[in-house]
Amino acid sequence: MDTPKLEHLPASHTPAGSRQSMLRHSGVVRMTHWVNVLCFSVLLMSGLQIFNAHPRLYWGQYGADADQAFIAIGSKQHGDRLIGFFQIGPLNIETTGVLGVSREGDAVTEKAFPAWLTIPSYHDLGAGRNWHFLFAWLLVINGFVYLAYGLWRGHILRDLLPNRDQLGWRHIWREVTDHARLRFAKGEHARRYNSLQKMSYLLVALVLLPLMVLTGLTMSPGLNAVFPFLPDLFGGRPSARTLHFLTAFSLVLFVVVHVLMVVLSGFWNNLRSMISGRYVIDHSGDAK
Amino acid sequence: MTQRFSRRRILTGLLSGVGVSMMAGCDRLTQSAGFGQVLRHTEKLTMGSQRLLLDRKTLAREYSASDLSPVFRANGTQSPDSEEYARLLEHGFADWRLQVDGLVNQPLSLSLDQLKRLPARSQITRHDCVEGWSAIGQWQGVPLGQILDLARLKPGARYVVFHCADELEVTFDGSGRYYESIDLMDAYHPQTILAYGMNGKALPVAHGAPLRLRVERQLGYKHAKYLMRIEVVSTFDSLWGGRGGYWEDRGYEWYAGI
Repeated sequence: MDTPKLEHLPASHTPAGSRQSMLRHSGVVRMTHWVNVLCFSVLLMSGLQIFNAHPRLYWGQYGADADQAFIAIGSKQHGDRLIGFFQIGPLNIETTGVLGVSREGDAVTEKAFPAWLTIPSYHDLGAGRNWHFLFAWLLVINGFVYLAYGLWRGHILRDLLPNRDQLGWRHIWREVTDHARLRFAKGEHARRYNSLQKMSYLLVALVLLPLMVLTGLTMSPGLNAVFPFLPDLFGGRPSARTLHFLTAFSLVLFVVVHVLMVVLSGFWNNLRSMISGRYVIDHSGDAK
Repeated sequence: MTQRFSRRRILTGLLSGVGVSMMAGCDRLTQSAGFGQVLRHTEKLTMGSQRLLLDRKTLAREYSASDLSPVFRANGTQSPDSEEYARLLEHGFADWRLQVDGLVNQPLSLSLDQLKRLPARSQITRHDCVEGWSAIGQWQGVPLGQILDLARLKPGARYVVFHCADELEVTFDGSGRYYESIDLMDAYHPQTILAYGMNGKALPVAHGAPLRLRVERQLGYKHAKYLMRIEVVSTFDSLWGGRGGYWEDRGYEWYAGI
């Protein structure tokens, strides 16, 4: 299950030998991937519901309305019009319609994130928190399954750690330009992940998701008493809340690029490989 | 080829269908009884694991005077809207009494002066609101454990319920009156105090005068303000919504350690 198996497709399908299929993703990787998709979606949307209860982010040991916010989303009256804004540091951007002020049916509501981005869609902090913690538990359990399997069966070391030949600056630069021209690996090169892929997956699995969990736990007054080093590590609870938000948006950014790459580099082949495990390698370009 | 095409169509249709129905589905799930049950089990899992880690005496961090928030935000009720409270306030709470009853051998009725004569504790702690903001303040008051010892708990006592003067939601049956509850483990925690002082002064009205609860290892809504009566119970099933607090009856967790 954990070593890629090669088998030739029926000859009638394509010229013999030019297309091979391999088992790209093991069952555990596929399962944990889709559980993650579900968890991340619910956690993000219920997280935005929670954020809406106090759409201001601070840095330091305390932070409330009277204190300077580092990031804020809000609304203000401008003549007879309600204006939504997004503020980061000294920068203030008008975001009416999406952030701060949005439309709900015929009504205009003052909400940091609009109803269609939150769980539940209506304002209910208690329900949002319930969703958030249920799926946070699921994410953590899923993460442990993935990491235990990934370390035990060598998936992380074998498939995600860049190989020596992938680490030179020249090689990485070529990958960057190849990506920019939407030229994706073919044939034997498609058998492994490229180094940009490997580094972003490692960043997500070993840095960003654990950081989400840790900054999340740092907001717990109960766990602050047990682990006082947690708020110290992130520079205070309000800072941990800010980092929780910024890390979440780094993950959103990752998902956007990830899905874009999945679509551009062979959508059905990629999607199939994450569902059934089977990935087709096209050797037609190898001769060159 | 056609077979493949239709498979794609089914998958695409499935994906967009999932997206559209997810929002409506989540809202409906939120209000369903079965899912509510799942969520309550999640709360038990969270509480159970925090209690495994939290020792009876593990203290919340205490800060120094230089860490105090310049402005401590007042939340919830800013001033109870009843004639009774207005009268008490007018006389500087001289007529106010804290009732302690329920499963106790010695019901008490304590004046503010009597409370102030008991050994006090002072602490500078961080207040974390469920909404997401935090403020650091200094609190002075009587450890709740002392009061419970004076009243001598009866066998079967499990929870301490705090009945407040403020009505957050105006209702005919009085279910909009604020109340809260904690278990005996939190009640006897050294930092769990009934505070009558804040930042070196008498507790302001906006922060719960004359007396409020501080239960430092939980979120802000547990820290009941405007205390009138403390009731020791074995279960809070018969109180209003049966979930042990004003916000709990409205869908918030009873254990607010996260």
